[in-house]
Order: sequence, then structure tokens, then C-alpha cells
Amino acid sequence: MSIDQSTAAKVAKLARIKVEEDALPALAEEFNTILGFIEQLNEVDVEGVEPMTSVTPQRLARRVDEVTDGNQQDKVLANAPDAREGFFAVPKVVE
Amino acid sequence: MSDLNKLGLAEARDLLRKGETTSVELTESCLKAIDAANALNAFVHKTPEIALERAKAADARIKEGDAPAMCGLPIGIKDLFCTKGVDSQAASNILKGFKPEYESTVSQKLQDAGSVMLGKLNMDEFAMGSSNETSAYGNAISPWRRGADETAITPGGSSGGSASAVAADLCLAATGTDTGGSIRQPAAFTGTVGIKPTYGRCSRWGIVAFASSLDQAGPMTKSVRDAAIMLEAMCGHDAKDSTSADLAVPNFEAMLTGDIKGKKIGIPREYRMDGMPSEIAKLWDDGTEMLKAAGAEIVDISLPHTKYALPAYYVIAPAEASSNLARYDGVRFGHRASLDAGDGITEMYEKTRAEGFGSEVQRRVMVGTYVLSAGFYDAYYNRARKVRTLIKKDFEDVFAAGVDAILTPATPSAAFGLGEMNDADPVKMYLNDVFTVTVNLAGLPGISVPTGLDAQGLPLGLQLIGKPWDEGDLLNTAYALEQSAGFVAKPAQWW
Repeated sequence: MSIDQSTAAKVAKLARIKVEEDALPALAEEFNTILGFIEQLNEVDVEGVEPMTSVTPQRLARRVDEVTDGNQQDKVLANAPDAREGFFAVPKVVE
Repeated sequence: MSDLNKLGLAEARDLLRKGETTSVELTESCLKAIDAANALNAFVHKTPEIALERAKAADARIKEGDAPAMCGLPIGIKDLFCTKGVDSQAASNILKGFKPEYESTVSQKLQDAGSVMLGKLNMDEFAMGSSNETSAYGNAISPWRRGADETAITPGGSSGGSASAVAADLCLAATGTDTGGSIRQPAAFTGTVGIKPTYGRCSRWGIVAFASSLDQAGPMTKSVRDAAIMLEAMCGHDAKDSTSADLAVPNFEAMLTGDIKGKKIGIPREYRMDGMPSEIAKLWDDGTEMLKAAGAEIVDISLPHTKYALPAYYVIAPAEASSNLARYDGVRFGHRASLDAGDGITEMYEKTRAEGFGSEVQRRVMVGTYVLSAGFYDAYYNRARKVRTLIKKDFEDVFAAGVDAILTPATPSAAFGLGEMNDADPVKMYLNDVFTVTVNLAGLPGISVPTGLDAQGLPLGLQLIGKPWDEGDLLNTAYALEQSAGFVAKPAQWW
């Protein structure tokens, strides 16, 4: 599988990372190097093998579904680049 | 007493208990060493006020006879750990200025054990790197040099600042994290000890996530005994991490007898890679002989899927990273790009992430995005997870056959010079993790022990891999190896 510039652009878009047009050829080439390395996995016979979901056999812990904390709006917003009137502020998302 | 910063945890603890020094003296000695070592760029956020305040409190506790395990011992914390009110930016510009409102479980446990935080340590951005060259703070530099050659040497990565700081005696010990080798490789590069415990031993809560199914915290220290002391303080069940193991934490230090008679040590033939430098092969052979002389039984073993560990890792880790790093969106914390008129929320995300992430992080996030995207999920991600199952089974089979621990080199070479890998493609850098990454994929404990120097005078280390939850036994085997190897070399101070 070889990645061309338009695929590289699509991946950048999906990852929400702005990549300038002139940087795309180098990016596509890097992807191809890495994916070429990954291709080795095709040599392995994985017939009937379960994909790993948890490296240690365990059942995820459960807890009662109840409120255990809250009332810390100031702390939640303390690191926001733009917080106003108790909310995170972002550019307009609807016209 | 002079040079208190050169002590290890155990020695300093014993002096404190005997009243022969104080935590304030120890801490001041480290702070002085840190201020004199800016050239190493290991400590990137210094916290002297916090350190002295905690040192005074520790001295008061020692006086009252109420001293927990690490009371008064000054340590460094990798920048990946969230520390309340103190910059925690994972060496990334996207988290510039981020001061958490909470403390990671591991750093809290270390604080509860009485230790004194000196500051935050340099690392590769989001722990993605093997040389500390992807850091937004610039390179951390190893105190080691190739003899008289003044070339700046990498301390390894991603826990490069931790390794440099411990090797240069800027602190008594430091925390690290290990996703593919990020504790063990820098430890090997700097003549220090680093252990990655079994997946689930240390809570991941409050540690900036890279690849959640692989990430584990662990100590980086000056001796195996120190690693045992600090690991015990870091471990334990935490309800805030759903993968944290609800198991009792043994007294690891008490298990250090040095007696490994009758232990079965496996030597995996697949780790004898083509083109292995003769120095590494000799180091490995020497280590094998040392364990044999100490009474262990040496057996040849096979881990047939070893070759596929790195390619599987470079699917799974980027996939998880692309998901974990989706949170850096310029909304809730960290950096937000300045926007042009008419830019909407998509432009905000795209510009913020392009400005905030360095090139290696961008590359991995995009590779992860690709392998998880529609049409490729089965071919890459699911296949890699199946190969991971096989890699884990390789180890299970060997342990089921009675092997107690596995001995391998920690790294394929000694530390390289900073910048020497710049022209290499990314895959070449990834090969640094070839001996360590299998351990993360299988969730096992692994420890790096310094056992020799290369011809240029740089340290080399061996890795021991243990059974799940058997860190105590693993540490004891490492202790026996440490005693036999008698590694005492220290870098000559040039900084």
C-alpha cells in the first residue's frame, strides 16, 4: 500500500493537523517508510488468533453510578485558553 | 557533610534515620547541583520552594519518629506527571503554561512516602522518542562523554532528563515512564538502574497518556536497592485507574537476598540480531556467565515472534496516541493558535495542533489516524493486536516451561551523539527499542542494570525480564547481577 499526496492530505485532515501543501510530499514519503516497516506483519500467520484487548487478564472494575464530586467550575476552567462567564469560549460553530 | 547529592536513596535514608544528616541538607545539596548543571538541561521546571518546604516537614517527621519509607529523600519528577500547581507540559508546546489542579497518583504516593520533589524533568515530547531530541525544551544532555571527545551525547529517551539527572547526581532518584523502553533505554545509556513494572502495578492516573495499553511508570535510580525502595512507594491499587491491579505490594527491598541459586535464566536466541556489535554480544555473554557463576541455570529459549514486536508496536502505540492526543484541541487547556478573521472551529483545531505538536508527535498521530481509518482498521490495527497476542504467548510458553527470568541486552548500542541520527529515517530511531518493546507488548516487568562500558567509555546495560507481578524476584536477580558486575563508573564532571 503506497500513500500518495492526496491520502496524506486526507489523513492530516482527519487528524485535525494543518499541513501546508508543500509539506505533503515529504509527509507521504515518511508515511510510506513507516508503513513499509509495518507491512512485515503480513508475514505472520494470525489465523484464529484473538486480537488482544487487555494485556493482563482482568475484568474492568465497576462502581456504583453516582455523583462523587462536582462544584469545581473554577478548577475546570483554570487552564482554558479562553473562558468566559463560566464557559469555555470557542469560535462560532453555527451560522 | 559534602556531596550529599551523590548518595543513593538507601544510603541517604539510613543517614537520615541515624540523625547524621537532614533532609534540608540533602535537598540544598541537590538544589545546588541542579543550579550548576543547566548545561545538561535535565531539570526544566525547578521547584526549590516546594522542595525546601517538604524537606522541613520531613525533618520534623523524622524527629518525631514518624518517617515513612522515603521520608526526606529528594527526587526529580518527569514532566509527564501532573503535579498540582506546577508546570506539567509533557515537553510539548501544546501544554505550555498548563498547571494541573490535581496531582498524579504516583507523584502523590511518593509525596505521601515523604519524598521531596526538586522539580520537573526533561523528556521527549509526549514520551515519543528515544533520544530526548523531540522535547519542546530542547535536548537533555548526558553527563557521559566519549572520553576526551566533547560531542554532546544523548541520555536516551523518552525519560532522558530523568536519566541525565540521576547519572549526574542532581537528585537521588527520579520517576520515569516506559511505553516502549523509555525507562530502560535511558537507564542503560547513562549507567543507571530503571525498572518498568508489570502493566497495572502503578496507577496511570494523572500521567499524561501516550499509549494507554502500554504506558507504565517506574523508578530510575543509582542502584537496584534504590529501585526496590522507590518502586514499592509508587505501586498500589488506585480506583481512579480502571487497569490498576488490586494486588498487595510486597516489600521489594526485603526480597533482595542476592541468592539466585537454582533460578532458571532464559537466553532468547532471537535477540542475537544480525549485525549486533561485538561489544553488546560480549556484554550479554559476560552477564550470562555472571548469573551462572551465582548459581543460576542458563537455558536457551525461543521467542519466535520477536521480529514482529516493533512493527506491531508502531501500529498500536500511534493508534492509541492518536486517540489520546485528540484532547489537545485548544479549548480546555494549553495552547490555542491565534486565528484569522473568518476562521471557524475546524481551523482552530488544525492550526492549534500544527503549532502545538512537534514533528514526531504529528507524525505518530497521523500514522495512528491512518491505521485506525475506515478500510485499514482490520489490515493494520487488528492484525497488530493479533500479533501482540502471539508475542505475549511466546513469553507465557517460556515461563510455563519453568524459566524464572530472561536476560537480554537493554539496547542495540551505546548512547549516540545528539544530532547523529538526524538524517536517519524515523524507523532507524525506532530500532533503539528493539529489545525493550516486547516487554511492554506483553505487559511484563523489565529492568535495566548497568554492567559495563564500551571502548569509548560510555555505559552499557543488560535487561532482565520477569514474570507478571514478580517484580520482587526480578529485582533480586537484578541485584545478583549488579553485585557480580560491580559497575561503579561515574561520568567525569565537565558541566
